[in-house]
Amino acid sequence: MSEHDHDHSHDPITADGEPPAAARARALEELLVEKAVVQREDVRRNIDRLVSRSPADGARLVARAWVDTEFKERLLADARAAAQELDLDSGPSPVVVAVENTETVHHMVVCTLCSCYPRALLGPPPDWYKSLPYRSRAVSDPHGVLAEFGLELDEDVELRVLDSTADVRYIVLPRKPEGTEELSEQELAALVTRDSMIGVAQPVAPATA
Amino acid sequence: MTFRAGERVRVAARTHEGHHRTPGYVKGKSGRVERVHGRFRNPETRAYGADGLPERVLYQVCFAQQELWLEARRGAGDTTLVDIFEHWLEAE
Repeated sequence: MSEHDHDHSHDPITADGEPPAAARARALEELLVEKAVVQREDVRRNIDRLVSRSPADGARLVARAWVDTEFKERLLADARAAAQELDLDSGPSPVVVAVENTETVHHMVVCTLCSCYPRALLGPPPDWYKSLPYRSRAVSDPHGVLAEFGLELDEDVELRVLDSTADVRYIVLPRKPEGTEELSEQELAALVTRDSMIGVAQPVAPATA
Repeated sequence: MTFRAGERVRVAARTHEGHHRTPGYVKGKSGRVERVHGRFRNPETRAYGADGLPERVLYQVCFAQQELWLEARRGAGDTTLVDIFEHWLEAE
């Protein structure tokens, strides 16, 4: 018997602690399958494909850009085409934009309206990226947010917050850490974290370089 | 109305019943066109099962952080870049 107040009775919509959003997604899926709009196998396959992606793909892009200036220029001009050069599919968004962090400019990415994210290149977004506090404070108090991630920008660095409100997906090309001149492209890729490609962290050189 | 990179624009201050992708914190604010992303289907109709046509030009608009928030804590040069469809923009 449900506890909410209307004139019919039914079993609880959620059971065994299932979150309401999960229950809603499940109900929607069942309806769409029942009406033959989608097949359960398609849903499963698409979820598998999405969660199988990881930040390692984005990290390959970054590491290549760090060692190959001409590739970096192509990445900044058209990230989708640059990703294809590495046999990476940058996902369904027709436009993917890479933005470069430098000594004077720092970019960070948010989607204030929902949780738009370059999933094909970075995998599923972290929970905090989808949280209301991040989505609101990334634009209203970006320095405060960065400080909580342990990142303090110098006074003369311009902070540019990208709000991906529409069809474009953004990936940050972080700064190459100092003291990594001897590292291979593959070793460099291992330094590139998910958070650094969202723009809330900076890759660091290995302790024993 | 179409714009070029570098032009000053203001975001319409109107309300909109239903799904739209113009965040409230930029409504009525003025900024500068940073990039022209191209043409995309209109999410305001696509959200309700329509085809979203005609496509609308999508712009990246750059706002000074101090234009958006009265108490931008630091960084006079800080900016926020928001993707906004042309029918939400007015020439300034």
